[in-house]
Amino acid sequence: MNTFNYERATTPGQAVHAGAVRGAKFLAGGTNLVDLMKYRVESPTVLVDINHLDLTQVTQNADGGVTIGALVRNSDLANHRAIKTQYPLLSQALLSGASPQLRNMATTGGNLLQRTRCYYFTDVNFPACNKRNPGSGCAAIKGYNRIHAILGQTDKGANSGESCIATHPSDMCVAMAALGAKIEVEGPKYKRAIPFAEFHKLPGSTPWIETDLRPDELIVAVTLPPPKFAKNAYYLKVRDRNSYAFALISVAAGLEMDGNTISSAGIALGGVALKPWREREAEKVLAGKAPTPENFKQAAEILLRGAKGYEHNTFKIELAKQGVVRALTLASQGTTEGAQS
Amino acid sequence: MSEPLCTDPSNEDFEQEEHELEKSGLYSELTRRRFMKAAGAFSAATAIGLPIVAWAEGAPEARAITLKVNGKPEVLSLDMRTTLLDALREHLDLTGTKKGCDHGQCGACTVLVDGRRVNSCLTLAFAAEGSDITTIEGLAKTSDPQDLSDLHPMQAAFLEHDGYQCGYCTPGQICSAIAAIEESKHGALSIVSLHTGKTDKPEMTDDEIKERMSGNICRCGAYPNIVAAVRAVARGVSA
Repeated sequence: MNTFNYERATTPGQAVHAGAVRGAKFLAGGTNLVDLMKYRVESPTVLVDINHLDLTQVTQNADGGVTIGALVRNSDLANHRAIKTQYPLLSQALLSGASPQLRNMATTGGNLLQRTRCYYFTDVNFPACNKRNPGSGCAAIKGYNRIHAILGQTDKGANSGESCIATHPSDMCVAMAALGAKIEVEGPKYKRAIPFAEFHKLPGSTPWIETDLRPDELIVAVTLPPPKFAKNAYYLKVRDRNSYAFALISVAAGLEMDGNTISSAGIALGGVALKPWREREAEKVLAGKAPTPENFKQAAEILLRGAKGYEHNTFKIELAKQGVVRALTLASQGTTEGAQS
Repeated sequence: MSEPLCTDPSNEDFEQEEHELEKSGLYSELTRRRFMKAAGAFSAATAIGLPIVAWAEGAPEARAITLKVNGKPEVLSLDMRTTLLDALREHLDLTGTKKGCDHGQCGACTVLVDGRRVNSCLTLAFAAEGSDITTIEGLAKTSDPQDLSDLHPMQAAFLEHDGYQCGYCTPGQICSAIAAIEESKHGALSIVSLHTGKTDKPEMTDDEIKERMSGNICRCGAYPNIVAAVRAVARGVSA
């Protein structure tokens, strides 16, 4: 690990000021950052410890939604009464991720900024990684790409400085995308809200730019709109073992039902792209329809449109389609009545 | 720093402990200890010459820090990069907490920080300043436990149910298990509670225990006995 200066901030303003130094990073749970510092993927010059900021509350908003402080730990968020009862999709996603120890440490803001778990990104012995070393190429394209992207990736060949087929590893983010969350950030002289769909960036031609967050901004909260999917929500996570593993594919499915008719749907996929994958058309096509496998299949086809697999991950295309149908089916049957997957 | 390769307690202590174990009827523990004594000598011999701590380049700047460990304030001077795990093991000689993967993937380093289980390998020591840290050494009811009844019930249950083989993951398993039971008492849910619909008062069924203990890997595969130990304490039927 490289040397750094450690500072504690006590107010968001102080944190933003300290974080504006070149090479500074905010330290929250540290579950991803400290790990990557050990691998020397991250080498901050200053660590601004923000764990003592007063951003640990979940509060009810006038519009019926909630505001989640950036430092609410994943385990506390999953078990918060308002989240468990009104946004069970989020509780399910959170409790599907990592381990109890890591969930006790990991924060809402930090989870948003999780880096990819691409092996070629994490291991500095591989010279080619456009995220870690812009312009160096993408070792995953011709490497072991089982956990890699099938949607939204940039593939101009392994040697291109624009290529990147990494995925975003978060479960929490997939649920938040389906719920239509917003990310509240604070800069040196302003505050702004970023719609969830605009927060994470696809690689495009600049895979090293991962979010819409500017270097001098601090995430202070995530807001959720009024709950729509409290009764019909299911987070399906398919992985190599049943606990404590990253998703091969995951599906966050929320349905708003009017009798046996779907009035609206929120669907996002995890493990398939560099951001939670959402297609509004797949949600619109379900509105006014009955919750049948045929209708769900139609949504799945729209979501996976244009998917492209690699040597080790082509199976994900069919897996994701079937996952969408299964998650929507279980969601339509009621939140807690889903069979164990 | 204390001698990091010393695995062999003085013969006098070792014999005394063996005598106690024999008296308590804990033959499996006795066998394990004899095995570890032999294995420890072997690994110490093979490890000589390998660096224990990989020092980074440059002269690291040390800073004063006070860590409250097992109820006692400990004043140290540490490099800012030091993890809580290394502070405990290398600077406070509390080697009960183990370094497994050092990347938050195995749970061997689990300790309690303000009563919550965390991976000490991913916690910077300076970030833990001001918190109450509890390690495996701080769990027993007395500072110098003489028999089973002096131990924390979870420690006793692991002995009773033979919840280990090599024992390396055990301190992390025990700290994690204690927190798992506390969490369930406070109504904390797991994905199993959500999938089975038992969200009002989740019971510590075997499926729940397995899910809630999934952050602690045991390479020996002593899982059935670990689950038995946790189940016994959860139901209040342990020693």
